[in-house]
Amino acid sequence: MERDDIIEYSLHAHHDEEQGKKIRRKIWMVTAILTAITAVEVITGIFVKQHSSIWELVKWAFIILTLFKAGYIVLVFMHLGDEKKSLKYMILIPYFIFILYLIFILIVEALAVDSALKQYMGL
Amino acid sequence: MAGHASNPTDSATLWGGKVSPFSTSYGKLMMWFFLVSDALTFGGLLVSYGFTRHDAQVSWPIGEETFNSLPFLGHGYPLIYVALMTFILIVSSVTMVLAVEAGHRMDKKGVMKWMVATIIGGFFFVGSQAWEWYHFIHGSEFGKVELADGSRAIVKGHFGEIKNFTVVEAGHHHKKGEVIKDDLLHEFHHAILDGNVTMQGGTYMVKMHDGSVAKVNKEKDHIDKLVIKESGSKYVVKSGDKTPILITGHDAEKMYTEAITSGERNRVIYGADLQQNEYGPAQYGQFFFFITGFHGFHVFSGVIINIIIFLGVARGLYHGRGHYEMVEKTGLYWHFVDLVWVFVFTFFYLV
Repeated sequence: MERDDIIEYSLHAHHDEEQGKKIRRKIWMVTAILTAITAVEVITGIFVKQHSSIWELVKWAFIILTLFKAGYIVLVFMHLGDEKKSLKYMILIPYFIFILYLIFILIVEALAVDSALKQYMGL
Repeated sequence: MAGHASNPTDSATLWGGKVSPFSTSYGKLMMWFFLVSDALTFGGLLVSYGFTRHDAQVSWPIGEETFNSLPFLGHGYPLIYVALMTFILIVSSVTMVLAVEAGHRMDKKGVMKWMVATIIGGFFFVGSQAWEWYHFIHGSEFGKVELADGSRAIVKGHFGEIKNFTVVEAGHHHKKGEVIKDDLLHEFHHAILDGNVTMQGGTYMVKMHDGSVAKVNKEKDHIDKLVIKESGSKYVVKSGDKTPILITGHDAEKMYTEAITSGERNRVIYGADLQQNEYGPAQYGQFFFFITGFHGFHVFSGVIINIIIFLGVARGLYHGRGHYEMVEKTGLYWHFVDLVWVFVFTFFYLV
């Protein structure tokens, strides 16, 4: 049975060979970026040990590079960058609010747990 | 106002709920909702991992120390294997996005080709993870040893190869003078766990399950250092410590030999289970099994879903519909699995 209550949005995503070429070039470029970031991370990880003096810096560099990788995957591979703004922000904003709250509350609680352990267990 | 700019809709359609304010189909929107909730689950797991790790400080193992093996090549290759796994997953994500792109051109052959590549990549990743779990569960040759004061230390150095066991005292099963060549490391570890290893004139003697006693023909161990991971009465690891306590040189070798030949049971921990592991606190093993296991389960379901969708593509089901949105939706899930791994890789292995 033909349904009239569904609008086919999927057809908007169709493109011809010409555009396809451009899109594929972009995909391969992102692949190269992701691979390069991973290689840099691994090589740094092998050479910089955790008790080294620049470790703190390296750790934050790892986290920032990871966020870059995540951004490329979500925006290009998952096409969130090509979706409507309303969809993009409906996905991203609630997620960031919740995850930042989770990180915040656990850091605060970690300090509380740590001081409790020191006070009551002498650790 | 709802609706999308390119296709203006009349107000009857709009107010009748027949148009999406996001210009997306119901299925794709629901996939995104699912992924957001799943991302929060993984976010929660990784944050609690960080919380526990911060609490354990110096006794927490460092990724590159735990994961330093390669298939066929043995130890001494920190991070290379996980880097390879990461690369496999990134590549399979790329082949998936190429399948989606081919779908947008209604290129059925292209979709099939790239989906097969994705499925193969997925199987490779699951297989790699199985290998890594095997290694993690079986552990190193030295294990983590309990020293005389009750503290526990991991051992850094080269484990001398075991050539054979020569039976010097017959039991139910083995005759005197028999030379045993199979499963030596495993037997040796078991004897240590049961407290059945003694030292006689510089060689280890093993009491076997059947009551026989064998001489261990083994190259000498070279122990560089013991790293204290858990406190005892003499060596105390405090929660704020940044650098570990090390025991080096002759002392290290003496203390290790003493511990494995003490005749007591369970002085050494090999590998990992949910109760204990040789790498660090019990929670480390639990988090490893749960987080990588949960992710591995996602990869495995992703492969199964990909196979189902691939069969749909091969039958021409989506071609008949006029669009390959199902491929796009599974693609979203598959990329999400890659996305999670990027974070697991950073927080579990790198930092």
